[in-house]
Amino acid sequence: MSYSTKVIEHTENPRNVGTLDKNDPNVGTGLVGAPACGDVMRLQIKVGDGGLIEDARFKTFGCGSAIASSSLATEWLKGKTIDQAEAIRNVDIVTELDLPPVKIHCSVLAEDAIKSAIADFRAKQAARRDSVAAVAPASEGPVPHGAAREAQG
Amino acid sequence: MTLQLPIFMDYHSTTPVDPRVVEEMLPHFTKSFGNAASRNHAFGWAAEEAVEHARERVGQLLGAASAKEIVFTSGATESNNLAIKGVADFYRDKGDHVVTQVTEHKAVLDTCKRLEKEGLRVTYLDVGKDGRVDPADVAKAIGDKTILVSIMLANNEIGTVQPLREIGEITRARGVLLHSDAVQGVGKVPFDVQSMNVDLASVTAHKMYGPKGVGALYVRRSKPRVRLVAQMDGGGHERGMRSGTLNVPAIVGFGKACDIMRLEGREESARILALRERLRTRLVGELDEVHLNGSFEHRLPGNLNLSFAFVEGEGLMMAIKDVAVSSGSACTSSSLEPSYVLRALGVGDELAHSSIRFGLGRFNTPEEVDYVADLVATKVRKLRELSPLYEMHQEGIDLEKVQWVAH
Repeated sequence: MSYSTKVIEHTENPRNVGTLDKNDPNVGTGLVGAPACGDVMRLQIKVGDGGLIEDARFKTFGCGSAIASSSLATEWLKGKTIDQAEAIRNVDIVTELDLPPVKIHCSVLAEDAIKSAIADFRAKQAARRDSVAAVAPASEGPVPHGAAREAQG
Repeated sequence: MTLQLPIFMDYHSTTPVDPRVVEEMLPHFTKSFGNAASRNHAFGWAAEEAVEHARERVGQLLGAASAKEIVFTSGATESNNLAIKGVADFYRDKGDHVVTQVTEHKAVLDTCKRLEKEGLRVTYLDVGKDGRVDPADVAKAIGDKTILVSIMLANNEIGTVQPLREIGEITRARGVLLHSDAVQGVGKVPFDVQSMNVDLASVTAHKMYGPKGVGALYVRRSKPRVRLVAQMDGGGHERGMRSGTLNVPAIVGFGKACDIMRLEGREESARILALRERLRTRLVGELDEVHLNGSFEHRLPGNLNLSFAFVEGEGLMMAIKDVAVSSGSACTSSSLEPSYVLRALGVGDELAHSSIRFGLGRFNTPEEVDYVADLVATKVRKLRELSPLYEMHQEGIDLEKVQWVAH
């Protein structure tokens, strides 16, 4: 099987390889795939105060197409809102990288990784709001639940 | 000498034709082009003489008692089909059971599966962690209705050499025929149909620096005389066992390739073994978590099958694209399943996905080996920097205990 020039380019010069602090409340981490299946992607997003994704990083165990799919995903994620990021579809990756049918699962995995990172980010934000809501009444006296939520943003 | 890229290190898949072989083949395309079955003119006689000379040479390499025991075919797949189906058909009255093992080539396994559909019983023996079948298991599997045992000489993926001599003693004592797919091992490790009691052996030219599209089946003619039912109907060539006009230039080339192997194989194997060990010791020395698949001791000299943990095989192949190798990763196959051979050894799927097969051969040089060792070490390190699994491993996370979401 021959690879498209874009896949080769991404695998030779992968963008945004690295690790963000997974304990940072503004970082969402998605870890998808399984070693036994031959591909594992870890994709992380860091969301700024304005709600924009200010950084995205990945590490991938997999074939060239899997590496290229996740590399491309991190490029696309930067500067997007969460809603825009959520709208990225695997077919967009297939088209951009010119993936053959047998490699479509790589793009599916990349979409899953994006969704998983977003879900993790949202869960952290929700947990943080809840903990603030739970802590707030004790420290600041009786405050309605909704108000704490508001205050947290 | 300057290094020529790309480098071929996939000699188990095929080999280039030796220039000495090509030279001997050439006249048979143009000048001496006769049909070896033409019995009434000089062109036919010349072709027949060339074929018989080649038959002698092939027979000599295998240790055949007579050149008449060599049946030319289109290659090893056909030879395996002819041996197993031919025996099963001929000896149907005597028995209906065949014994083989799980890491055989698909040409053997799928032939057996076809016969199972037709009512034959087949025992597929397991292999040990080193890839070898236990001769005691062969002895146990043979029953009253067993007509054939088929065990390869050496495996095409992991290079593991099977204990054929021990198995031959068992089959001979029990009066059961022994077939061996000897494609990968002939000329490279000791093989001799007489001392090993092999009754049928499949070989092919293109794995030993001959042309593609020609092979042979050794069929013993005495003690015991092996009978086959032909699998192709036609003009009754090759003593009725394989009809079809003989591919004279290819057969001539095959004969020459066998002759070179017989005369130079031993010396060549020592040289190739030294190259392989140079590659292995460098890679194992420079990288952590590199695993050898298959037996170290009982191994083809040119075979090095390594799993580079935390790096996926196809990804690595792409990173070293100037070097032609092969991988047991699912991604390199159309089935999306990792290598069944590595699975049979008990190699986990994750390490199977990380496997690379280096196949060294006649035309590899020490310079090439050093280049490949440097390149592979560099790229494995780079891909590990890219691998979430390597990071997790370094953090001390047991990857076996992670709840992965299979997809």
